[in-house]
Amino acid sequence: MSTETTASSNDAPKTAAGKTADYLDQRTSVGGAVKEFARKVFPDHWSFMLGEIALFSFVVLLLTGVFLTMFFDPSMALEEYHGAGPETMQGQLMSVAFASTLDLSFEVRGGLLMRQIHHWAALIFMAAIVVHMMRVFFTGAFRKPREINWLVGTVLLILGLAAGFSGYSLPDDVLSGNGLRITDGVIKSIPVIGSYMSYFVFGGEFPGEHIIPRLFTVHILLVPALILALIGVHLFLMVLHKHTQFPGGGRTDKNVVGYPLFPVYIAKMGGNFFIVFGILALMGATMSINNVWNYGPYDPSPVGAGAQPDWYMLFLEGSLRLMPGAGTEWVLFGYTLSLNVLIPAVVIPGLLFTFLFAYPFVEAKVTGDKREHHVLDRPRNVPVRTGLGVAFLTAFIILALAGSNDLIATHFGMSLNQITWAFRILFFAGPVIAFWITKRICLGLQRKDRELVLHGHETGRIVRFANGEYIEVHRPLDEQERWLRVNYTAHKPLEIEPATDARGVKRPGYKAEKRWQRLSRFFYEDRVEPVTPAELAAAHSHGEHDEIAAAQTSPEVTSGATNVEQER
Amino acid sequence: MSENQNPTPGRDVSTTSEAQHPERFTDPGVPEHKPRLTDTDPAARKRNERIVVILFAISCLGAIASIVAYFAFRPDGTTEGTRLSTVMLGTTMAVSLLGIGIAAIHWAKSLMSDHEHVDERHELASSPEVREVAVQHLTDGVEDSGIARRGVLKGAAVSALALFPLTFAVPLISSVGGDWDISKFRHTLWERGKRLAYDPTGRPIRAADLTVGSAAHVIPEESEEYMQSHDWITEKAKAVVLLVRLNPEDLRSDQSPEGETWSYDGIVAYSKICTHVGCPVALYEQQTHHLLCPCHQSTFDMADGAKVVFGPANRPLPQLPITVDDEGYLIAQDDFAEPVGPSFWERLK
Repeated sequence: MSTETTASSNDAPKTAAGKTADYLDQRTSVGGAVKEFARKVFPDHWSFMLGEIALFSFVVLLLTGVFLTMFFDPSMALEEYHGAGPETMQGQLMSVAFASTLDLSFEVRGGLLMRQIHHWAALIFMAAIVVHMMRVFFTGAFRKPREINWLVGTVLLILGLAAGFSGYSLPDDVLSGNGLRITDGVIKSIPVIGSYMSYFVFGGEFPGEHIIPRLFTVHILLVPALILALIGVHLFLMVLHKHTQFPGGGRTDKNVVGYPLFPVYIAKMGGNFFIVFGILALMGATMSINNVWNYGPYDPSPVGAGAQPDWYMLFLEGSLRLMPGAGTEWVLFGYTLSLNVLIPAVVIPGLLFTFLFAYPFVEAKVTGDKREHHVLDRPRNVPVRTGLGVAFLTAFIILALAGSNDLIATHFGMSLNQITWAFRILFFAGPVIAFWITKRICLGLQRKDRELVLHGHETGRIVRFANGEYIEVHRPLDEQERWLRVNYTAHKPLEIEPATDARGVKRPGYKAEKRWQRLSRFFYEDRVEPVTPAELAAAHSHGEHDEIAAAQTSPEVTSGATNVEQER
Repeated sequence: MSENQNPTPGRDVSTTSEAQHPERFTDPGVPEHKPRLTDTDPAARKRNERIVVILFAISCLGAIASIVAYFAFRPDGTTEGTRLSTVMLGTTMAVSLLGIGIAAIHWAKSLMSDHEHVDERHELASSPEVREVAVQHLTDGVEDSGIARRGVLKGAAVSALALFPLTFAVPLISSVGGDWDISKFRHTLWERGKRLAYDPTGRPIRAADLTVGSAAHVIPEESEEYMQSHDWITEKAKAVVLLVRLNPEDLRSDQSPEGETWSYDGIVAYSKICTHVGCPVALYEQQTHHLLCPCHQSTFDMADGAKVVFGPANRPLPQLPITVDDEGYLIAQDDFAEPVGPSFWERLK
């Protein structure tokens, strides 16, 4: 102990920074953390920024949200308005929540700006989460060991929906009030407990006088606390697993290739935060959003035509709009089962989220894959996954478009009923077609990769042989180009043991395995194997004079081809 | 560290002899670093450094401009004044933020080293030795507490833990749903003799004032005072009615039972609350007598008992039985015969 003290006093830090670091380290052992994390390597790719955009939008939401809570009053007490708001609102009976929304927009300087930034940030937050999930899905970043983080992320998506929805309703305007009313209708459709759930949420009959304060608590405490906690878990796991990397030379499942956190990513991520914030500020400054004074305070009677929820709720709205009503409300033993609401508002979203939650586990099972994966897949190399992802998005987008069917009808002068029918059919047909097309495109791209590896780049250089034959010279891929195209596994369908064992006794669990095998075939029956060295050599020797010619041409000619490559 | 991790740096496999080809290609290793202009040209480095400085300076100017804008553009109580203040505050704020952001990223991209580093990954699973110790710790703990042997103790502990949330949940649940009296879904403010009034003025409607083809948004006639209360909003949410006057010949049917007449001289009144999920059904098309819900486009035929002709609703809108009083004002004959609005589990009970 004493020797240590003397040792440290010998080379005691002299500078202010050194002294501070020493002070901190003696109390927190921060040195170890700096040693561990300061030069931690992160791989570089633009798509790795998408999650950051979500994170930074959330930070902006917290900052602007704190600003707003200083002035917003979530009370449903009624008052006759005489404030700084527009002329049309003067003297109207409205809730204090709505009045304080007007005041914080018109009286508080920068208040409207903060409100608009907050709303835009919410829309961007959800969009960034969705696009980030798409990146993770299509590159297979959810595979072992990241399945749990995928689940955390999916829960974050749902919490984001909850945060957005609860915040949207707070101003207590006509538009969001009708949104709440739809929610009430959906809740009431839940079998057995629906009516009581409605009372649970609204503290009595809709709308009552409790819902705004309740949503406020949900919006500023419950949901953000959960989101923050889960973001903590999400990032902790990200650091623990170390980031995935795209395939390429020197990138393996055992290493991570990229740039150090300090200084490169501190600068890039910090810079990204300011750019996200800056763009949101620009949006909040120049693009007005949710001008509640144009709708007026909540009144159960009026409703605006062409009303739309925020974009991330459109899929639910569209789902409700598409469901045909005739014959879908059943009465069982005198009790009413509203399938026309239950299916679109509960079952369909339930299925969509079940797909998201279950997918990593299903894929691992049909692949028979227990390895850790840190090198990402190129989407073309897993055609069925990519196809399923596109099919999912197609269903989501069709529902979202259906949520705007009235606007499509009025903007394009089309029949609302025909559009609705078209979407009803497309909701089932669209994903199937999208899956098939995507899978074909992926297989085509894989074949193109094979072609390129086997035969090289077309150089556009035509050569005439002594015997008069013309050929175009193909230039072989360099080893980095080739490695990118051959370094993947084309998984094969699962193979299972026969139904009976050697002595003819039926094997338990065979049927379940058989079902998994069928699913596995769906995934991996059609596949394109990567080129092997033997195939490449064979392609060269099979009278393909051009590559041989290219390989044997003089160095000047090769450099000419390199120029072509650069132009390409 | 930044060197290639692969023990055998890639060879051009295409030139290997045909006799023996490996199963797979070999990893060519991390691509060679391509120097940027700023790596080789000191002048370019200097230039980019200047750009970064200028960007940070622009950010400073943006922040100062924001303060200036704060004082220069006071909102004057008009919507335009507020807009102007918002635009000025927001754009200057954006300049100060984007300046920092772009400067930092430009700095990183042009001046910081872009040599790739390689870190090893470590296996996530703990080693067998660590696992063994961990399992031993847990076994020791279980042994220590004696939980495995003392069944009654375990049962008591589990019971206590399972029961204590009730102390929290019971008071919460008893109050969170108000009086939990869901029979309120069945009743509205309408009753025998209640006058129909215009929404939102509350002026009673005389049958003679309605021309054929006209539609009116209707509320029950209530006192001024009541209409300032919360109760009113909640009751209004169930009581709103849409009334149309049709040519009596166009009125094919309504919901009147045998022997009763719920309409008056071509005037029919239906609940405005959609039987789908409860939006106010507000768009009336005079020519077709169709009433459209703007939320989910359920369409009801007002000339034919408000039957659903399109969309996600399943049931017709409930009809309000009406007639006129001695003074010629429209009045309700009774409350709705069935609950208004969206379906719920106990609706027919």
